[in-house]
Amino acid sequence: MQDEPNKLVKEIAAEKYKYGFTTDIHTDIIERGLNEDVVRLISEKKGEPDWLMEFRLNAFRYWQTLEMPRWAHLDIPDIDFQAISYYAAPKARKEGPKSMDEVDPELIKTFNKLGIPLEEQMALSGVAVDAVMDSVSVKTTYKEALIERGIIFCSISEAVREHPDLVRKYLGSVVPYRDNFFAALNSAVFSDGSFVFIPKGVRCPMELSTYFRINAANTGQFERTLIVADDDSYVSYLEGCTAPMRDENQLHAAIVEIVVNNRAEVKYSTVQNWYPGDAEGKGGVYNFVTKRGNCRGVDSKLSWTQVETGSAITWKYPSCILTGDNSQAEFYSVAVTNNFQQADTGTKMIHLGKNTRSTIISKGISAGRSQNSYRGLVRVAAKADGARNYSQCDSLLLGDKCGAHTFPYMDIHNETAVVEHEATTSKISEDQLFYCNQRGIPTEDAVGLIVNGYAKEVLNKLPMEFAVEAQKLLAISLEGSVG
Amino acid sequence: MLEIRDLHASINGKEILKGINLTVKTGEVHAIMGPNGSGKSTLSNVLVGHPAYEVTRGSVTFNGKNLLEMSPEDRSHEGLFLSFQYPVEIPGVSMVNFMRTAVNEKRKYLGLEPLNASEFLKLMREKRAVVELDNKLANRSVNEGFSGGEKKRNEIFQMAMLEPKLSILDETDSGLDIDALRIVAEGVNKLKTSETSCIVITHYQRLLDYIKPDIVHVLYKGRIVKTAGPELALELEERGYDWIKAENNG
Repeated sequence: MQDEPNKLVKEIAAEKYKYGFTTDIHTDIIERGLNEDVVRLISEKKGEPDWLMEFRLNAFRYWQTLEMPRWAHLDIPDIDFQAISYYAAPKARKEGPKSMDEVDPELIKTFNKLGIPLEEQMALSGVAVDAVMDSVSVKTTYKEALIERGIIFCSISEAVREHPDLVRKYLGSVVPYRDNFFAALNSAVFSDGSFVFIPKGVRCPMELSTYFRINAANTGQFERTLIVADDDSYVSYLEGCTAPMRDENQLHAAIVEIVVNNRAEVKYSTVQNWYPGDAEGKGGVYNFVTKRGNCRGVDSKLSWTQVETGSAITWKYPSCILTGDNSQAEFYSVAVTNNFQQADTGTKMIHLGKNTRSTIISKGISAGRSQNSYRGLVRVAAKADGARNYSQCDSLLLGDKCGAHTFPYMDIHNETAVVEHEATTSKISEDQLFYCNQRGIPTEDAVGLIVNGYAKEVLNKLPMEFAVEAQKLLAISLEGSVG
Repeated sequence: MLEIRDLHASINGKEILKGINLTVKTGEVHAIMGPNGSGKSTLSNVLVGHPAYEVTRGSVTFNGKNLLEMSPEDRSHEGLFLSFQYPVEIPGVSMVNFMRTAVNEKRKYLGLEPLNASEFLKLMREKRAVVELDNKLANRSVNEGFSGGEKKRNEIFQMAMLEPKLSILDETDSGLDIDALRIVAEGVNKLKTSETSCIVITHYQRLLDYIKPDIVHVLYKGRIVKTAGPELALELEERGYDWIKAENNG
């Protein structure tokens, strides 16, 4: 399947991006291009009800009226949306696999390389994985244990079949298809993703985790995640992303919607390590993601934690709408850019309810010739008495050819609001590195130590097993950036 | 242990060291004194491989190996330690993490297994006692918010952790009050064995009241212009550097 130059590139760069392998499995890909027939075909292939096909078609028609947003501090090359295939599924049986034996061995190998423990030992680490390769969910572990508690954790396609009322009630309720260009595109062509429903009063006993992976060449991945935490419930959800290395760029436009009801709490953690492109800026994933949660209930809480090390271009603002009185939101972010990577990322905190509180901790790290921007909005509505926000945006620069930018917006309509913003910019100095060298610590390890120390506040928010991976990723992402 | 021959070095194209010759034998303590700007700190920086300095001529062997060919971290692993005149702060990096990385890098170089967490913490406790370093400081970020005295004490603590063969103390006495000076000097003395050597760079006699040198050198204008026993330090304390300058400018 691979041609020679591609193989060579893989070998040379294998050290730098260890997830850069492709899996040789037969894939069911539909023709490139996008029109109403393609949208219908996707919906038909998935056996969807009419209302969902309508939803997709409405989104598609609206998307056609829009233009690519250009306001971000990003240099985005023109994307030919007709050159992308919008559906790729590993060719398999009509029915999903019943056990591990039925899963394509190549696929299992891929997951093993990614270090995703699909086997039963996972019970020990308490992680349940909904593994998404390309567009179709391959296997969901621990579903049974979750079902006992009434927790639904499955692919969104399965949820459409098994729990259509829930999906219909919440899909698009936080991110409507009219929200933005990429949200409209995703709503038209989303292929798969995860669905989580935590019933009233239930505390999810394990971390729920999804690994997304773009495998087939020239396919966009448009996954859609919907999480609903009913009254007095709790869930911690982990999302990890890697993609194989390819010379051409790949498009990723996902939507994550989270609904948090009364006194419920949702923690959403992401480690994003899509292929960033090579050292010359060739290839890499375009990551245009809309993530938003609505703290609808009183005393509800939503926490976003993200570690962004991958992608050629990142455009992503995990946001919270604080609707319920006394609701709380947090955004903890580390965004690393190296070589020619560009990131424009941050959050929006929309305070609608009374005594709502939000915290923003953003740590940008730029190296090479990369551009790293924090963009955040804090809005306090007229009725949001006693709203509070604290924002801290730090930038760390490695070298003198990279850029760090901060764009904090505030839109305050209530006199009782207390909004604080702090920002710092620092640089790793030659003296710090030499001090480490003198103590026997090589420069790359010293950079790793300093960067991890700098990002500690955010990394500490990650679940244990993710924190270790994230620390390694930070060091790997910055290899060769100093000296 | 250390053999410096005709060492010339410059920074930003300006020659600072103009032919240093110095031999330090195992177990010896050498003091290098001299007025400001004579090249004392340049010498210590060149020995540990600071990238800002360029060696233009000469050789340095350290326990039989060509020191100038080694990376700064390998010089450290081989047993060379510099107590910095101005220790830098590294925010966010805890002393524990920093020292654990340093100790285990050295062990890796020597082909030893890394210390596990409990072995390492035990070592930390033992070595902290040498310089009476507060546990609270050990849990803070490297040198962040440390007073001048605490920073110097922290340098000696790191020296204790890394057990170097040759330690260079670059103006370790500057900025220390008399109590801190005593603690730091006693720490250095406790660490001194017949197997280790020490180069003490200082302006003043007072540090040498505590750390007794075997040999005293005077560095002036990039050259060692005088070498004698400990009595030379006392003479300098009494007479200052003007007579040295006069002798060499004449």
